[in-house]
Order: sequence, then C-alpha cells, then structure tokens
Amino acid sequence: MQGSLFARNPSLPIFLCLLVAFTVAVTLLSEGMGAGLISTSFVKTLGKTLCLCLAALAMDLVWGYTGILSLGHFAFFGLGGYMIGMWLMYERTREIVVASVADAPIPPTGQEIVDAIGNQIFGVVGSSDFPLIWAFADSLVLQLALVVLVPGVLALVFGWLAFRSRVTGVYLSILTQAMTLALALYLFQNDNGLRGNNGLSGLQNLPGVEAPQALVSVWFLWASALALGLGYLLAAWMVSGKFGSVLRGIRDNEARVRFLGYSVEVYKLAIFTLTACITGIAGALYYPQAGIINPAEITPIASIYLAVWVAIGGRGRLYGAVIGATFVSLVSSWFTGGQAPDVPLGFYTVKWVDWWLIVLGLSFVFVTLFAPKGIGGLFDLLARAKSPDRHGADLGPDQGSLREREASE
Amino acid sequence: MKSLLLGALALLASCLAATAQDGALQAVLQDYRAAIEKSSRRTIEPTIAAILDSNLPQVQLMLETWANKDMWQRESDGLFFIGTEMADGGYRLTDFDTGEVIGDFAKSDLKQLKPNSGIRALIATALVKFQLLDPDPARRLDALLSIQRDPGPDHLAPLRASIADETDAGLKAQKQRAERLLTIAYDRDPLARIAAITDMQGDLGVDLRATLNPLVATVLKATHGDIPPDENVARVLVPGRDIARGDAYDLLVSQGAPVRLTPDMLRGALAENIVGDQVAGLPVASLNTEANRETAYASLAGQGLVPQAVTGTDIQAALDDHVFYEAYAEPLARVTTAATAALTTINRNVALNQTLDLTLDALSLASIYFLAAIGLAITFGVMGVINMAHGEFMMMGAYTGYVVQQIVPNHTASILVAIPLAFCVTFAAGVAMERLVIRWLYNRPLETLLATFGISIALQQLAKNIFGTQARPLTSPGWLDGALVVNDVVSISYIRIAIFALALIFLGVFLYIIKRTRLGLETRAVTQNPRMAASMGINPNHVNMLTFGLGSGIAGIAGVAIGLFAKVTSELGSDYIVQSFMTVVVGGVGNIWGALAGAAMIGFMQKGIEWFNPSNTLAAQTFMIVFIIIFIQFRPRGIIALKGRAAGD
Repeated sequence: MQGSLFARNPSLPIFLCLLVAFTVAVTLLSEGMGAGLISTSFVKTLGKTLCLCLAALAMDLVWGYTGILSLGHFAFFGLGGYMIGMWLMYERTREIVVASVADAPIPPTGQEIVDAIGNQIFGVVGSSDFPLIWAFADSLVLQLALVVLVPGVLALVFGWLAFRSRVTGVYLSILTQAMTLALALYLFQNDNGLRGNNGLSGLQNLPGVEAPQALVSVWFLWASALALGLGYLLAAWMVSGKFGSVLRGIRDNEARVRFLGYSVEVYKLAIFTLTACITGIAGALYYPQAGIINPAEITPIASIYLAVWVAIGGRGRLYGAVIGATFVSLVSSWFTGGQAPDVPLGFYTVKWVDWWLIVLGLSFVFVTLFAPKGIGGLFDLLARAKSPDRHGADLGPDQGSLREREASE
Repeated sequence: MKSLLLGALALLASCLAATAQDGALQAVLQDYRAAIEKSSRRTIEPTIAAILDSNLPQVQLMLETWANKDMWQRESDGLFFIGTEMADGGYRLTDFDTGEVIGDFAKSDLKQLKPNSGIRALIATALVKFQLLDPDPARRLDALLSIQRDPGPDHLAPLRASIADETDAGLKAQKQRAERLLTIAYDRDPLARIAAITDMQGDLGVDLRATLNPLVATVLKATHGDIPPDENVARVLVPGRDIARGDAYDLLVSQGAPVRLTPDMLRGALAENIVGDQVAGLPVASLNTEANRETAYASLAGQGLVPQAVTGTDIQAALDDHVFYEAYAEPLARVTTAATAALTTINRNVALNQTLDLTLDALSLASIYFLAAIGLAITFGVMGVINMAHGEFMMMGAYTGYVVQQIVPNHTASILVAIPLAFCVTFAAGVAMERLVIRWLYNRPLETLLATFGISIALQQLAKNIFGTQARPLTSPGWLDGALVVNDVVSISYIRIAIFALALIFLGVFLYIIKRTRLGLETRAVTQNPRMAASMGINPNHVNMLTFGLGSGIAGIAGVAIGLFAKVTSELGSDYIVQSFMTVVVGGVGNIWGALAGAAMIGFMQKGIEWFNPSNTLAAQTFMIVFIIIFIQFRPRGIIALKGRAAGD
C-alpha cells in the first residue's frame, strides 16, 4: 500500500486518458463542433451514458467495495434530476412568461409573473400555487446545492436508521427497495408539488442560452465527462487509502472490523451518503440531456438495473462499473431502439425489441453463476492474475464476499 | 191524451236520467268537457280532482286510457269513449261506464285526446292511488318505487290510505318506511314530522339521510340590523372568525354593496387611462409594483376618472354594519332541531358501521397480502433464499388460470382445474429454478437476489411476448359475483370472502405440512442445520428442491386468486413483490405466524391510512412503507422474532 495514487491504481491513468480521448473524439465528430458524423441525439446518448457510468461508479463503491447492495441509489439519481429540473423549468417558464407579457400596457408586478409561472407549470395538475418545495427554484446556486443536499440528507437519515439497527444483507436491500418504491409512489401523486406523473419536462432548454441543441449537447458531454473523471479520481483515491481498506474489511467480515475497534456504522453511513451525493450529481447532469424526468424513472427496477450494470461490468473494481454501465446501456439502447436486425428462424422471427430483455435477464443469470467477476474479469485473464485457490473451502467468513487480490495478500 | 203524452215524456226523461246514472263518469267528463278538450296543464287540475272525487270504480281505467292517448271523443255528441283501432282504419268505441261496445266509427267522426306531458304527469300522480291498491303485487311495487324515486307531497295521502289494506308483508314494510319518509318531508303537521323523525332515529338508510339533509340545509344570509324574527337561524357568524372577511363582503356585494377592486380591474383601469407614457403622472414603466399601481389608481379616482376604490375601512364598516347568519330553509325550529339530533345519531351509527366496513376491507387486504407472501414465507422466510422472481410465479399462476379458462368454458370448473394446474406449473418452474440456479448460490444471498431478478425480467418479457401487453380477464364463477350486504354502509364482495377463506386454508395446509409431515420435519431440520441434517440421513438437496417447489407452487395458486379480482397482466407479480417482502420482513422471518402478523399489520395499516385520506391510495402506500422502515428500527427481526438456536445466531 505504498506509492502515489497513480501507482496504487494502475487503471487510473489509463481510464483518464481514454476518457479524454473519447471526449475529444466525440467533440470532433459531433454536429455542433466538428465533422458532424455523430448526430446530436447520439451525442446526448453518449453524454447520458457517462452520467450512468458515474452512478454505476457510486454503486460500485457502495456494493462492490462495502458490500451494501443498495437498491435505492437510482432514487438519489432521480432526486438530483428533480432538483436541477425545478430550476430549469422555473427559469425557462419565467422567460416565456416575461416574453408573453412584454407587450402588456401595464408592466407586470413580480407577484403577477410568479403567479403566471405557477399557472404554466402546475396547470397540468390543476393547481397554480407554488408549493413550499419550490421556494428556491428561482436560484441556480441554491438548487445546485440541493442537488447534493437532498439526496445526501435522505441517504444520511435513511442510512442512519438502517445501519444503527444493524440491518444488513438482503434485509437492507429490501429496505432500500422499499424506500425507492415509497419515493416513487409519493412522486406519482399529483398533489405533491412536483407535477405527479407528468414529471418535469422541457429540461433540455437551458434558460438564457441561445445556442442550438447541437452545441449544448457537446457542453453537457464535457460536463458529464468532467464529472465522471473527477468522480473516478475521488473514488480511486478513497479506495486506495486506509478508508478503502476498512470498507473492504466491512464487506468481507463486518464483525471482525467492528471488533478491531472501527465504528462500522460511521464508515457505512459515510460511504452511503457520499455515493448518494455522487449519484445525485450524475442525475442532475443526466436529466437535462434526457429532457424529461418523471417518477417512473425511479421505480425500484431502475435501481436493480444499476446493480446489474455493476455486476456485469465486474464489481469491486472501479473500471468494471464504468465498463458495465457503458456496455449494457449502449447495447440495450441498440437492441431496444430497433436498430438491431431481426433474426428470421423460419417458423418465427426474433424481434430484438421483444426479446432483448429476455437475453439480458438470462445473461445476467449466467454472469452471476459462471463469471462473478463480470467483464472486468477479462482483464485479470490478460494480467494472468488468478484468484487464490481455496481448495473447495468456503469463500470467506461472511460467505458472501467476493474477495479481491489485495484482500488475500 | 195530453197527460198521456206528458207521462210518456216523463217516462222518457226518467229513462234518460237512469242512463245518466249509469253513465256517471261520462256525466263528470261532460261537466268538464271544455277543460278536457282544451288540454292545458294549468286548468286541468279541477277536472282530475272531480274525476277522482266521483269515486267510481271505472276512474282508473279512464285515467289510464286518457294518459295512453286512447280516449276518443265522438264529434256528433261530444261523449268520451275508449277507442280501439280496427283493421280498416276505423275505431271501435267502448263506453267507460258500462264497458259495452258502442260501435265502429270512421276516424273522421272522432277526435283523439292527446294530453301533453304535463297533464300526463298529473294523471300519473292521480293514478298512484289506484296502483298502490292494485291486486297485482308487481304493479304495487312499481308504484311504490316510482314514489321513492321521485317523492312529492301529493303521494302522502294515497300512500297512507294504501297501507292498511296491504296484504304482502314485505310491501307493507316498504310502504310504511316510505310513508315515514314522506311524513318527514311533507306532512303539514309539525308534530307528525317530529314523531316520524324520532321514529326513524338511528336508521342507516341512505334514503333517510337524503330526506333529513334538506331539512338541515342552511343558506348564508346577511342583514342590516336585527335578524328577522321569522328566520330559523342555525348560527350567527362573526366575519374573520367563522367566515372569511372576503367571503362575507362578497355576500354583501351580491346584495348591492360596491364591488371590491380586483387586481385585474385595477390593471384594466390603469391601462385605459394611459396618457402618453404616463398614468396619472406616474410613468407606465414604474407601475410594476402594487404600491405604485394603487397610488396611480387613487390619483385617477381623485380626478374622477375611475370610481373610488373600496378601502379596507369601508369593508370593515360594511361588515360591522351587518349581521351574518346561517338560516335553515325549513322555517320550523322544532323540526330542524329534531332533524339535527336524528342526523347526529345517524352519523354516529354510520361512523361505527364504517369502522366495521373498514375492518372488513382491511381483513380482505390482509388476506391478499398474506396470500401473496405465504410462498415467500417459505422460500425466503424458512429457506432464506431471496427470490425476486416470486412475483413472476404468481403471474404464471394467473396466466395458467387464463389459459385454462380459454379451454374450459365453465367458470366454476375452470377455476377448480386451474388451481391445481397452477400449483403444478409453478411447482415445476420453482424446482427447475432451484436446480439450475439457486442451489449454486446458497452461500451468496445477494447474488441470488440478482440472478433471480434476471429470471424475473426474462419471465416478465416472455409473458409479454406470449400474451401481449394488454390485460387478460380471469373471470370468477357466477356464484362469486355480488356482495354480502349487511346494511347500506357495510358490505363485502363474495370474492373477497373467498380469498379470505383461501388464505385460511393455506395457513392450515402450510401448518400441517411443516408440523405434521415428513417433508416439514426435514425442511425444518435442513434450514436449522444442513450438515447435521445430512448426517442424520436427510438429503438436503432433495429437501431444498421440494421446499422451494412448494413455496413456488403456493405462489401460483395465489396468482390465480389475485387474478380473479385484478386483471392478469405481466406486471401482476411485480405489483406485489415489494409488499410481499415487506410482509415477511415485518412479520418476522422463519415463521408462518410472522407472515400472518405482517400481512395483518400492513393490511390494517394501509386501510387505516386510507381512512384519513380516502381519495389517495398512493399516499397510503407511501406512508405505510415509511412507517415500515421506521418500524424495522424498533423490531429489526419483525413482529414475531425467532429466539435461541432457531434464529440462527
């Protein structure tokens, strides 16, 4: 455990170089700034994928490194999106309202403008008053702070309640899933102040920006790449230090770490809250590119997909999460987007739109059964690194831990 | 000779008189001939009254004929008859009084009487009296129902008169009830009304509440000075405390007080008075605050260009000047007091019964959750295997039921076939899944969760590919339609009772298998200590396979039950999966009673929360989950926690 951050994480420089190269390449090929070989919508897809990678990175920290299978991290993702969406929608509507009353004989009062915005935004759910949670919607700085604070505080409170009473393993997974479901059901209500199942829309239009979407999409790609790079750096720094060792210790044998005198709950709470904040930021970058957010985005299944990406990519290694998220989400969008060619079998034609989920589900079973290291395991094959031969003994004291090379050294 | 002639004339006259005696109704009709011919609603009432007053047996027939437009008038002498159309286009006339056929006449000699709808309604009211006494009970019931549908003051007397002679006990009770209600609403004697109200106190019928509520309906009124003595005042309102000042003033505005200046009117008035780029000396651009706008308006008002705005002091003065009160539409205080008291009693009764109804609802919801969770209580609770595809097993069961119904058209038979078949299908699926996937992952519970989730999405998509995305019906047998109605408030549908019974049966079967059979014994042994069980000669692989199959099979049956009241879709299982896991976790793992307690708690709690906010089941679910998360803080092992070695630690 000696040496610089880069020495301890050989994947870090490679990853950062690849990320920069990818960003530059996409920029040069994009419609907005370069050759125009990549359409704006695909630039957006790539930008969104980077955000998903960041969320998967957070999931890897909390699951792959700490062993907490949280099925609620997509709720934090959605909350981040909602927080930035509130500002985007408010300011955008304000611009429209101000423009529409510019010709009125009497200039509008501040209150009249706010009322008109409220009418525009909440007319769809039969209301016109701003609920309390929109109190800061007119301030970009405050809403940006909320992007981190709201998921952070929710994770802090929930994590404190859960870890304090020593809820672990599958119980914690079910509990986090219940939290996500509760949040989604709450957001589905029309009178909750966030437009119910209509969600927030028109988020792709940046207030005060005249630039075409082709250009905006590249900016968001840069922002997403920057966030992912910084997130990766932070994660690498954390897991390579003492903090990371304790996290892995908790994953492999929680009781032993506790007996060594570490406050397991504080470590768990810290990583849970931190990853919630990171996921919130990822969501805040994702939804302006998607253009719309609604409660269906944060139903429990979305969080399970997050776990799926990490598992397929290879958990317990940071690049695994990124590979998994990129691979699965891009392949998914290729198959479900109708671009994949149908396979005629003579008696039946396999349409990938219908059959992709089945393939994904079954491949997921195969990965879990036969390749628990995921795609990342391929790199071990390349590096000729082998898992320790346990001669048929149990995997470890906790029976569930997937141990890393360094954990057994 | 002359006298003989006179005598003959007298004889003839007496004969004519005798004819007139026989044609008594015809005479009445002739008396009111002009009114009948004129056929106007406003003038017809004395005619109908006179016809009724004649008390002749043929009145009913005559009125019905008239209302049906079958009454014809002979042009030659103006007499009225029943006309029956003949094949040749002529009409055969029948006398009302004698019932004799007078003869056939051409249509040109006759005039048809066509009473308009207003008159027909009056005739119908008059006919009620006869219909209530009709020998045919079905017609009496019809008449009674028409009164109940559209009660009026005129119905009271005939209804009362008909009660004594009523022979059918059921009809008599209904008539008496209708009479009480009509008395409350329309009797002229306040004492009779109060007596009727007191009689009916505590009755739960919706019709009684519908009768009483108009009696206690109030109208908001404002008066200058004292309240008129003839008003039946419900309560006096103080503006600002009982009624918003704005609303109170709006009431005064409707009585002629000057209108308050709304922001829209203010803006409109200012816009009309723009001179150059100024309004009353203020630049237009500066009018973007309330204060500046009011200043500008005030100076416009000072110049007399716009009416003076009503100020807060004006409003206060106007409010101080008036008394606001709610007055009953019903003028008699004694009646309204009795009605209020009766309604209070009724509302208390209704609340009690609603609690009972809610308890029944909660019980049925709890049994649904229990059904959905009981399979999980085996696989997750007893074996510790977390099976995310459990919901999809329920879905498979429901679709099995649907397919069986396509083949076996008889609903009762198809359900009887579907239940064991669903068990077999999902049992096989469960065993296959245990053999192929789960047994490799017994040491890795989190990965079981993910692998079974993969199976879950694959199965769900497969169901979509086979059955499509639209909901498929699973029809319950006819004898399960309808509901057990206790009274107007408490009712429960038979299908929910059936599900409750099914849940009880499952509980019994489960307890029997676990406590009394070899498989149950082995299951308990294997789950407590697999190695020890193995050394005692039990094959743990075999037992795990069968136990998992049993849990999955029960999920299939639960799927059929749930499919009966919810539509069968590929999402049927995932709708219940989180709640099912919560049920098992809340109740306590490893114990069937825990699942029962968990289901009861979740069911009752969800209904309880819905009771506070009935329109919003989403909110109820949200709060329930939040509550469960908090509940787990205090009892992390659930309501019924295993202790000692059985707990596994």
